[in-house]
Amino acid sequence: MRRPVVLAAIALLVAAGAWMLVTGLLRWSGQPVAEAPPETPAPAPAPAAGERRIKATLYFISEDGMSLVGTQRDVPFGESVLEQARHIVEAQIGPAPEPLASAVPPGTTLRDVFLTDRGDAFVDLSAEARTGHTGGALDELFTVYAIVDALTVNLPAITRVQILVDGREVDTLAGHVDLRHPLQKNLEWVRTDKDEP
Amino acid sequence: MNGRRLRAHAAAAAVLVIVAAGPLLGAQTPPTGAPYTVFSREGRRPLPARVIGGQEMFALDDLVRLFDLVVREDALAGGLTVTAGTQTIVLTPGQGLASVGGRLISLPAAPMREGRTWFVPVDFVNRALGPALGTRLELRKPSRLLLVGEIRVPRVAGSVESLGALVRLRLDVSPATPHVVSQDGSRLLVRFEADSLDAILPASTSPDVIRAVRPGEDASIVVDLGPRFSSFRASDAPADRGAGRIVIDVMAETTPAPPTPEPAVDPPPLLDLTPAGGLRTVVIDAGHGGEEEGARGPDGTLEKDVTLGVARRLKGALESRLGMRVILTRDSDQTVGLDERAAVANNNKADLFISLHANASVRPSATGAEVFYLSLADYGDQGERAARGESERLPVFGGGARDIEVILWEMAQARYIEESAVFAQLVETALRARVPMSPRAIQQAPFRVLVGANMPAVLVEMGFITNPDQERQLASDTFQTSFVQALVDGIVRYRDARSGAPAGSAASASARPGGPGGRPPR
Repeated sequence: MRRPVVLAAIALLVAAGAWMLVTGLLRWSGQPVAEAPPETPAPAPAPAAGERRIKATLYFISEDGMSLVGTQRDVPFGESVLEQARHIVEAQIGPAPEPLASAVPPGTTLRDVFLTDRGDAFVDLSAEARTGHTGGALDELFTVYAIVDALTVNLPAITRVQILVDGREVDTLAGHVDLRHPLQKNLEWVRTDKDEP
Repeated sequence: MNGRRLRAHAAAAAVLVIVAAGPLLGAQTPPTGAPYTVFSREGRRPLPARVIGGQEMFALDDLVRLFDLVVREDALAGGLTVTAGTQTIVLTPGQGLASVGGRLISLPAAPMREGRTWFVPVDFVNRALGPALGTRLELRKPSRLLLVGEIRVPRVAGSVESLGALVRLRLDVSPATPHVVSQDGSRLLVRFEADSLDAILPASTSPDVIRAVRPGEDASIVVDLGPRFSSFRASDAPADRGAGRIVIDVMAETTPAPPTPEPAVDPPPLLDLTPAGGLRTVVIDAGHGGEEEGARGPDGTLEKDVTLGVARRLKGALESRLGMRVILTRDSDQTVGLDERAAVANNNKADLFISLHANASVRPSATGAEVFYLSLADYGDQGERAARGESERLPVFGGGARDIEVILWEMAQARYIEESAVFAQLVETALRARVPMSPRAIQQAPFRVLVGANMPAVLVEMGFITNPDQERQLASDTFQTSFVQALVDGIVRYRDARSGAPAGSAASASARPGGPGGRPPR
């Protein structure tokens, strides 16, 4: 009884993965391209890569401090999923548009992003992500899910995200949110009503 | 405590009037199979229920018609897929679980089939269907009601008491509902801003002053006055758990009316000697400590000091008032690892684990307490497998294969999610009665300190230490005492619900999880 369920689930996952890969590539490149695995960069001609920009949804803390708010921001175009992921995280940990506040402690920088074939992204942040944190559980959830959601929402090829600090796995950023595993997209912390600034 | 005693009292002495429909409120009703009344903006419709294998069930076909669902049977996997609006609910025969848009919820029984008809436990409606449809579906088993959408049917429980020259009518209204009390000749009218009432009204003990208390038209209650009526005075008092209390003092003639005492709200009993009901050991975790200071307030108050202060008080209260064994994960300013904290609870075979914290926000205005329990969704497949208690067939030494449970010890909490949710809900309602709550009062999150706990576990954020007002509160004796009292209330309610305490007292607590306010979000 369980075997068929498992097989069906695997088949479904593979299909969903393939679909997400395709739509993901379409979305970040902004034009129809042939299916390509993340390690093979899309054959986009790309003028000066620095000049092309795409729209991405980034997440910042609302005015009342009680939720994240998704907002469209311009980020530099990336030639590959990996490069695009770096641009998105860099924009995400950067300053927030008024009147929102950044969910990532000030001074935090991106050390690197790694991708696995399974769609897991590892985001390596500098030590400020821990040392500069307010220490609140809610703020910690916002820090973590701003990054997790920015990647998984904008790049469907990425399904899970694990945050590292200074190149190492960490238990938590501020003593609450379990960071020992890659985390999935979770829009629970994002306010959904019509409140885009 | 108060409301409970009152309800038991009312149930015993009451003439029963349930305006909407149904039998006795208050008792933990066994499954009856009597039909429910579906009450929505569109009107009322009956919904038959059946008892199968000791469980009350609805026919899935009836729900399909009522809520416009699409049901697909998956012949290959043997599952049932219910499409509700844009969300999908997956049911698996033989499993008391449903996946709602990928989120796992538990059901008291597995879906069952009779001939061509599928039956689902009645709780499917509020636990799975409501969240999937994004609509409030409130199931009131005692009064056989299913409330759909923003329909207001407050519960009203009344009692009449003779106090010398005055007769006091108390109406406990849950949730608190705006109302007007007016006199209309020889009767008093209590009109509620609601669609209907779910009321148990008392018989009068002084018919010469109050002849009867009965339901009126729409959402109102009529108090028929007796020949000795001279005047009345109505006042409102907040009651426990977001409920309201209307106190109507009716003065009798001839005797000069004595000064009306303030509506008495009994103080909570100092000593509760009911048996511990299976709750023997509680582990309290004072968040952070030592080098790990946690959050810091604008005036320098440290989270680690506040949590230790409240933990010590709570330990004292639980030991002296409930006779429980209480262990603190730290009793001084020391650094304790997150794994060690859950390990203290596991090694002591604790029945409950409560982690105390103070919140912090980049926004100084953020305020209020929050209760968290673990979310499994964030752990992906691993969490879902752990929740299902799935075993795997593995080869064993010496040949052959055996079903072996492969739940990681690290995910011990997975089996207690449902109980933790119940406990979190009870703590949240108890807190709400005494301290300011955040708009996100009850939530699920992948918290490291909870995931390894092998018992029901919650994490309580007592307030925002980054808010200057709350910082002062958190450090104050008054606030800490109220907070501890609220936690004790929550623990007592959980104990009562868990031990199947006597009808009157258990009903209020055990009715909660599926009751008003619905399921905790997410």
